Amino acid sequence: MSDIDTETTDETAAGAAAVQAIATGHEGSLSEQFQNYFRRVRSGEMGMLPALAGTLVLGVLFSFLSEFFLTNKNIANLLTQTAALMILAIALTFLLIMAEIDLSAGITGGVGMAVFIRLLNDQHWNWVLALVVALLAGVLIGSTIGYFVAKIGVPSFVVTLALFLAFQGLMLVMLGDAGSYRIEEPAVVAIMNKSMPLWAGWVMFAVVCIVSLATSFYDRRRRQKYQMPVRPLSMLWLQFAAVVIGVGFMVVLLNQNRSTGVFVIEGVPIVVPLALAILWVGQLVLDRTRFGLHIYAVGGNPEGARRAGINVTRVRISAFMICSVLAVVAGLFTVSQVGVVQSSTGRDVVLSGVGAAVIGGVSLFGGRGRLMQATVGAFLISMITNGLGLLGYSAGITFIVTGGVLMLAATIDALTRKRAGSTSLART
Amino acid sequence: MSALIELEDIRKSFGPVDVLKGVTMNIYPGKVSALVGDNGAGKSTLIKGLSGAQPYDGGEVRFEGNPVTIHTPQDASGLGIEVVYQDLALCENLDIVNNMFLGRERTAHGMLDQPDMEGAAARTLQSLSVRTLKSVRQKVSSLSGGQRQTVAIARAVLQEAKIVILDEPTAALGVAQTEQVLALVRRLADSGTAVLIISHNLADVFEVADYVNVLYLGTMVAQLETKNTTYDDVVGWITGSKIKDVAVVEGA
Repeated sequence: MSDIDTETTDETAAGAAAVQAIATGHEGSLSEQFQNYFRRVRSGEMGMLPALAGTLVLGVLFSFLSEFFLTNKNIANLLTQTAALMILAIALTFLLIMAEIDLSAGITGGVGMAVFIRLLNDQHWNWVLALVVALLAGVLIGSTIGYFVAKIGVPSFVVTLALFLAFQGLMLVMLGDAGSYRIEEPAVVAIMNKSMPLWAGWVMFAVVCIVSLATSFYDRRRRQKYQMPVRPLSMLWLQFAAVVIGVGFMVVLLNQNRSTGVFVIEGVPIVVPLALAILWVGQLVLDRTRFGLHIYAVGGNPEGARRAGINVTRVRISAFMICSVLAVVAGLFTVSQVGVVQSSTGRDVVLSGVGAAVIGGVSLFGGRGRLMQATVGAFLISMITNGLGLLGYSAGITFIVTGGVLMLAATIDALTRKRAGSTSLART
Repeated sequence: MSALIELEDIRKSFGPVDVLKGVTMNIYPGKVSALVGDNGAGKSTLIKGLSGAQPYDGGEVRFEGNPVTIHTPQDASGLGIEVVYQDLALCENLDIVNNMFLGRERTAHGMLDQPDMEGAAARTLQSLSVRTLKSVRQKVSSLSGGQRQTVAIARAVLQEAKIVILDEPTAALGVAQTEQVLALVRRLADSGTAVLIISHNLADVFEVADYVNVLYLGTMVAQLETKNTTYDDVVGWITGSKIKDVAVVEGA
């Protein structure tokens, strides 16, 4: 360990010599890194901290009030209940970063599923093929919205409000008078209702650990290659330990039998690795590709982005397409959970999706937001619904509490925006 | 000394209005040239032609002695002409590094090469002796007006510009920040880059510029060496009173 430490110090010194005077935010000991972080938080850059704090407080509160809340079964339920909302919130985050919105995202998921179920049940297509067509429908819807918003200049609020209304009609037309189709395909039902074998859960754990560690070391190597200062190794291991403990704890918990009956129910729900994969790929696109950076740039200053040579129209249309495709995935998760496609599928969830993103720390004003924040926000909303449900409160109370939390989050967002600018160091 | 850019008989009209009526101007490498003139004199139109935003109708542009045509911003940046507009067009939500590289990011394996860009940005700022920035990872929203101007200029330098055109760089700045930016402009020229600065503030012009070019109603009425002229002279050229004097002298 001591060898590694000296090596690190030397490299840091070399990097500092090359670019002395102007810091990069990576230099300094572990304690300095923490101080920098707290300085950022104090200056108003709180990110998802309020949502994490809210999750913790509500988690403790609910576990005291309901003996059922912290059982394995309920935690598994909570995770699956979060999945669809989380994907929808992630989808909307791509747009919220650009200060755009898609009010039709929920019902787009419904339309995608209507296409899917008609091909599956009436045309007897293979479910994978039918799903591909449903996702392509998402691409079409997204590019249509994008065309009207980015090319013609109709505000996205209006375009998607129009589609929100039109798609409700389209659902009625597509599903006919019967208005309800059952999902029979076992593979689709399994997404939300079946769990992976125990070993697969551990494979998932191993993949997450390896990817997390490999990414950290890859980034570190590249910084060293350019002789840029690197964060202390201890910080890297600390982050890795957090991942190992967090994901490991979840796998251990979910791999225990959570059935209260005769049949054994154990293993990580199938939807969990799917949702994690979408989260990881999406975050990769936003954080590490030119396209992702351009989404943030368009959100920050569209005119500046245009003058820098970015094709703003193409970035906008692409983001709307990503949103609509992910909305169809969210629709798939919902339908897998409830087992039917009906004319109301996806109609009521879009504002919860926006709410989840904002509660997590995604800014409604554009320019700021991460998919992880949308995920935490979705988890918090699901937890409120789940916890209040367990305590026997009516749906009415749940809505009122959720609305209150959203109001709080939006207030924090607005205050953050006012204070933004006093911050000393950016993240990365 | 041979000029980097020679403009000859540049013309531009919007409908019946002739905005540029045969402008001739030279811009030299390693020197700061100022372009002054009253509102409506045609300063912006002249710059937009050079930046490719709004091509000229007629006349010749020579770059390093060779005739060139500049029809698009890409043509301009291909030649090494970078413009820093008055509103800077920075993305406040991005940090300094990403703003400096925006639209021309470096990648490795299809992903953004942040360490490479970070190092290049830091070295560029260093080469301009910028001491006022704490970290290259600061978000632009946290910077002062002078610091933003610095970032915008550094962005142009990073593209290995042969000429940097600055549109009213000090208009929105306080006294201390103006000094910083002017010092930066001087260092930029001393490093061999040609600088063209558009300004209403003659105090700034006399402090930093080597040459003063005065536009009056679409005509270049005076090209002066700053050290051989006076404040009152330049004001006379800008307002047109000097032209009448000359006309009177010539007439007599």
